[in-house]
Amino acid sequence: MSHHIVQAQDVKYTYPDGNEALKGVSFLITHGESVAVIGANGAGKSTLLMHLNGLLLPSSGMIRVGDYPLSKETVHNIRRTVGMVFQDSDDQLFMPTVYDDVAFGPVNMGLPHDVVKQKVEETLGTVGALHLKNRQTHRLSGGEKRSVAIATVLSMSPDILVMDEPTSSLDPMARRRLIELLKSFKHTKIIATHDLDMVLDLCERTIIINQGVAVADGKSIDLLRNKELLASCHLEMPLRFQGCPVCGTQK
Amino acid sequence: MDILACQDTALHRVDPRSKIITTIVFLAAVVSFGKYEISQMVPFVIYPVYLLSAGNIPAGYILKKVLYVSPFALMIGIFNPLLDHRIVMMLGSHAVSGGWISLCSIMLRFFLTVTTALALIACTGFNNVCYALHKLGAPRIFVVQLLFLYRYLFVLMEEGARMMRARNLRSFDGRGSSLRVYGSLVGHLLLRTVNRAQRIHNAMVCRGFDGNIRIMRKSSLNLKDFIFILAWCGVFVLFRFVNVAQLAGIIITGLF
Repeated sequence: MSHHIVQAQDVKYTYPDGNEALKGVSFLITHGESVAVIGANGAGKSTLLMHLNGLLLPSSGMIRVGDYPLSKETVHNIRRTVGMVFQDSDDQLFMPTVYDDVAFGPVNMGLPHDVVKQKVEETLGTVGALHLKNRQTHRLSGGEKRSVAIATVLSMSPDILVMDEPTSSLDPMARRRLIELLKSFKHTKIIATHDLDMVLDLCERTIIINQGVAVADGKSIDLLRNKELLASCHLEMPLRFQGCPVCGTQK
Repeated sequence: MDILACQDTALHRVDPRSKIITTIVFLAAVVSFGKYEISQMVPFVIYPVYLLSAGNIPAGYILKKVLYVSPFALMIGIFNPLLDHRIVMMLGSHAVSGGWISLCSIMLRFFLTVTTALALIACTGFNNVCYALHKLGAPRIFVVQLLFLYRYLFVLMEEGARMMRARNLRSFDGRGSSLRVYGSLVGHLLLRTVNRAQRIHNAMVCRGFDGNIRIMRKSSLNLKDFIFILAWCGVFVLFRFVNVAQLAGIIITGLF
């Protein structure tokens, strides 16, 4: 199953304005793993994610997705393998209707119309949004937009799902529904987030990025209990580890 | 508009291409009249009235929108009465100059064309109009630009409104409303637009965008659609070459 592997080897990236966003990040994510990438604002999480499907190419170092090292030649194959869900669903949903948007990827892959139709209905059914099929994308609620944004990626049958802040700006119930949905996926998942309680629910492994460097990589349950490590990276323990806010009792 | 376009009337079921072709012929007929023509244009009002009534579209809603954009048309013809003093008709004992007639003609033309265009969108849907234009051979880039414009117009308006709200909350006694502040707001809006465009492009590239947007729509014109086009175009040709209003006037005055 090497086609589900994501490997970063000493990846460095400097933006054209001179900002050194990644200063040598290395990790290996294997098939079916669910990995959280956490860190302070500006730590380099989004930059790292953009490397995973070739929106950015490393200044130095190497990214490998499955059998392909990331390069200009392999980027199209890699994008078929890695599905990326953006933080702002309005960026992801650019077609006029939900159907058109979910069909956008499969149509570009050259699939016949009847297969595209089947895929669209299947994926919308998976995310519980089949009833939105003919709705206009700009008229959906935040939670609906997020579900449809995930469907737009799932319809391309990716092996690896990369998500940037999937629970941001969702109400608690929509957040919970999304977590349950993501739990049901068997894909390899890489999730950049500040929602550390979601990390506990979804990701058995966590990579902490601080100032462009991966400072820790291990089991979520261990790293997210390490108060000193988290504090040094501008983070704090998930709420459920912080004890009762009234009586202070630790769980 | 989108909600109105989702209705299910006989007019809504007519293929968008038929409605567009008919409307294009209508617009061509209306704008082809001479600058002093008014009476011959009046009968054309039947088409927008038909679209509004058959499409179950509230006329007040459309007319309000027409009113909003009417200053633009007024600006085009407002100087005509000052520039064109030639007397072209007598209204009883009152002489009417060509300038006033041409201004009225511009406003009538504006009213007919804009009302019809809005009624067409209300009974077809903006996206369907775009798809139909694509099917009729309009350049793909033009259609895609229109679709994107419509999709992100709402996002842009929301962003603009948020910025205005932020400004209003920190402006007191008329201060903070200078041209310089508005210039800065517009500049920021432009920068945000550029950033968003970059992110949207990224999202498109991630899903296999290669410069072409493939629009998936299957539709076929049937006999009913052809009858719609031919019947209305026949009416427009009649109105264009026969002064029906004048004819009706002669008949009515002849009767009494």
